[in-house]
Amino acid sequence: MGLELYLDLLSQPCRAVYIFAKKNGIPFELRIVDLIKGQHLSDAFAQVNPLKKVPALKDGDFTLTESVAILLYLTRKYKVPDYWYPQDLQARARVDEYLAWQHTTLRRSCLRALWHKMMFPAFLGEPVSPQTLAATLVELDVTLQLLEDKFLQNKAFLTGPHISLADLVAITELMHPVGAGCQVFEGRPKLATWRQRVEAAVGEDLFREAHEVILKAKDFPPADPTIKQKLMPWVLAMIQ
Amino acid sequence: MGLELYLNLLSQPSRAVYIFAKKNGIPFELRTVDIIKGQHRSKEFFQINSLQKVPVLKDGDFILTESSAILIYLSCKYQTADHWYPSDLQARARVHEYLGWHADCIRGTFGVPMWVQVLGPLIGVQVPEEKVERNRTAIDQALQWLENKFLGDRLFLAGQQVTLADLMALEELMQPVAVGYELFKGRPRLAAWRERVEAFLGAELCQEAHSLILSILEQAAKKTLPTPLPEVYPTMLLRIARIP
Repeated sequence: MGLELYLDLLSQPCRAVYIFAKKNGIPFELRIVDLIKGQHLSDAFAQVNPLKKVPALKDGDFTLTESVAILLYLTRKYKVPDYWYPQDLQARARVDEYLAWQHTTLRRSCLRALWHKMMFPAFLGEPVSPQTLAATLVELDVTLQLLEDKFLQNKAFLTGPHISLADLVAITELMHPVGAGCQVFEGRPKLATWRQRVEAAVGEDLFREAHEVILKAKDFPPADPTIKQKLMPWVLAMIQ
Repeated sequence: MGLELYLNLLSQPSRAVYIFAKKNGIPFELRTVDIIKGQHRSKEFFQINSLQKVPVLKDGDFILTESSAILIYLSCKYQTADHWYPSDLQARARVHEYLGWHADCIRGTFGVPMWVQVLGPLIGVQVPEEKVERNRTAIDQALQWLENKFLGDRLFLAGQQVTLADLMALEELMQPVAVGYELFKGRPRLAAWRERVEAFLGAELCQEAHSLILSILEQAAKKTLPTPLPEVYPTMLLRIARIP
């Protein structure tokens, strides 16, 4: 059995891993783990990842979780072009810096924006107070500003003149609130042109393919009561 | 000007960087930033780090934030012993796997008791008991995963030798320990891990790095902690509001 990637393209980190593997021609078996059906909570999947999260990688006997770890593993094992994670000490540190920063900031804001604006009310039938939604969108706004001011600045990409893992992780995060109908790029011309550059560098077909699910998330039929009951504890823990 | 590290030993990621640099004999100028008073919010410090946080590394013109990025940079530049950040593909992946999980489940969660018991009261804010309880549960769950998934029956969190993962973890765990949480009670494997890490680092270095945080309750009781400046109140309040 070759490389297996356990993914659901509904999840931002899964999209980054998927795009990276495809873009670099890394052969893998795609194992879909359907989050809104609760497949990640199954005993079967717990055998793969007891933390019950996607993405997960299985390379023979070696199982690996955490998207950044997976991206770096693939980077090193498959010897992808240098710009993704440069050998140069300082250039690489910039990528490490972004990948560390984004966990508690952009990732959190984008996840909460999707769930508070759309998934809770439309998919789970759970109302979200206007105050909660407003606070989440303010937080997203602040984070987007930091992304522009601290990371992008006047560069072509987040950490320099070339695309890197940082851009891939960031863009897949930002598509979450886009999927929820948030105006992420409108009124932010610098971020909008950066997005175009990233899409062009990744390849528009691949980018579209990876984002089909999140862009259709608004059309998910409401969860039936059994599913809802199954998913609620996981959702609540996830967006704390 | 050589390497400068902008730190405060009250901050968990700052301690990880400090200990790493000291343990590996990496020469640096220590620039202490008074984060209780709010020095990190000053115009001067903004020039160093516009994100207004510690730790920060300054190596000539090169400025780097984020403790894990700093640790990796130092380990590569100063070619520290391989075990810290192993060159082996899978071993290194395990370090990053831990650091990813740590960012989600440890960072943030383990800092809460300090905010509840010391920092909140310093500005007259009391965190509701319900949130304190919820945080206790979150801490418990995280410790279970730490012990069962990451440590397992291994000596250290990402393998059989000390790595950056152990340093990051230990320093986060010291935070609630400093305000009286008995994290290691009833967790003999985790307690043994802590002893192994501290033995590896050396008692002297641990004492040096931990004495400030371990005296925090005493300082709070004696009212010898710095007074937060008005400009730091908003960030403190925001941080407290984000406690789930």
